[in-house]
Amino acid sequence: MNEFIHVLTDNWDVIGSHFLETIKLFLIAAVGSMAFGTLLAAMRVAPVPALRGFGSAYVLLLRNTPLTLVFALQVFALPKLGVTFDFTTGACVALTAYTSAFVCEALRSGINTVPVGQAEAARALGMTFTQVLTNVVLPQAFRTVVPPLVSVLNAMLKNTTVAAGFSVAEAGAITFYLSERGENQIYGLLWITIGFLILVVPLVTVQRILERRWKVAR
Amino acid sequence: MSNVLYDLPGPKARLRYRIIGILSAAGIVVLLAYIGWRFYDTGQFEPIRWEQFQYEQIQRDLLNGYLTTLSAAGTAAVLALLLGALLATGRLSDHAVFRAPATGFVELFRAVPLLILIFFAYYGPIQLGYKVGPFWPLVIGLTFYNGAVLSEIFRAGVLAVSRGQSEAAYALGMRKTQVMLSILLPQAVRAMLPAIVSQLVVLLKDTALGFIIQLPELLYFGKQIGGRLPFGFPYVPSYLVVAVVYIGTCGLLSWFAFWLQRRLMGGPKQVKTTAKAVKLADVGQAV
Repeated sequence: MNEFIHVLTDNWDVIGSHFLETIKLFLIAAVGSMAFGTLLAAMRVAPVPALRGFGSAYVLLLRNTPLTLVFALQVFALPKLGVTFDFTTGACVALTAYTSAFVCEALRSGINTVPVGQAEAARALGMTFTQVLTNVVLPQAFRTVVPPLVSVLNAMLKNTTVAAGFSVAEAGAITFYLSERGENQIYGLLWITIGFLILVVPLVTVQRILERRWKVAR
Repeated sequence: MSNVLYDLPGPKARLRYRIIGILSAAGIVVLLAYIGWRFYDTGQFEPIRWEQFQYEQIQRDLLNGYLTTLSAAGTAAVLALLLGALLATGRLSDHAVFRAPATGFVELFRAVPLLILIFFAYYGPIQLGYKVGPFWPLVIGLTFYNGAVLSEIFRAGVLAVSRGQSEAAYALGMRKTQVMLSILLPQAVRAMLPAIVSQLVVLLKDTALGFIIQLPELLYFGKQIGGRLPFGFPYVPSYLVVAVVYIGTCGLLSWFAFWLQRRLMGGPKQVKTTAKAVKLADVGQAV
């Protein structure tokens, strides 16, 4: 037990800073994938075939590519396009590109759960497109969308560990540092697990509360 | 076609859509052309960078990598389905003795990143003085993580069957096991099959994490092929080839899930079930 505690206290510099990096990755990629995912969802429901096609193709490709491969492509292929990032920014880009596809799907299926009659009734009342969207469709879609969105974010938080394989000093990479320092690997991994449990609990709690409050019978 | 957001377009709107359509199509073409041109300009399409793919040894390596990926995914899928069934049985049990540990197990393993689970299975035995290859740690990590997620799908599927079904079965004098096996499960399976297949796609994709613990799977060989100096470090060609294989395989499975969903849940030949389709997003990690 003593040794277990010491793995944390002796290596607090590494563990603390790496978890901060994880949180940073998570926050940046969360904002990025929300924004880009919303844009993609807008494309996928747009009345313009070219945009719909682009949106569907993007989602199809990214959803069927392993995140590890997305990271590898970002590290090796993006520089060929004349875009170079440092490790952390690159990880944010890869996570955003990957997660956006899932955010887009969650949003799209949320919009699809709103019955067409709702919008038709709103139009019949003479509402404009913006009014229909903001007063009728989005408030209903939002409720169905938030729980799956939170689970997408939850999964993304865990996915940040993949960056450890690509030279980013986040929580997954603590393992490599501790092994260099000759610490007990099992204890180190247990601390990483505890760290992630602490990070995940607020997300899950928010999800539970929202689910309970917004459960609508349709 | 009218959908919930857009009404049927009139003549003005049709013109507007057409203009937006042409502009955005042009934008997409320019973007793709730029990517293609940059790859061409940096010599990614030069024959030397693709030469390796003609070698029999390289082709055999890629095939072996693909087979390793598939066998890791297959083994983990079978084990995860078994574990998921076991955990779901525990969680649906009337006895807290079974319910509590199963719930704890599921919640714990859903919260821990898969890569950390794989590290546990990989570095743990090394720490204790055993030598393990990277294959089983990957399979064990995938099994525990996906077992937890699958058990949630199973549970949601059984709970999605309308309550009248089990009440009627109990009223007929059936026992708990009978109700589960002959009333609830046959209906639940239809509701959850698409979600199960989607989760198996996720599992297949996650085998690429084996790359980080040096398992010689598809992505690993992709990196090896890409890292050869005499061929001008053909990372882009090799990763493109690997991406095509992954997208093809997962796309096929996803399409199968979609087809199952259509076949089981809708259409004129609808199979009767009282259960609503289980959505992967509702029970956890579709990502």
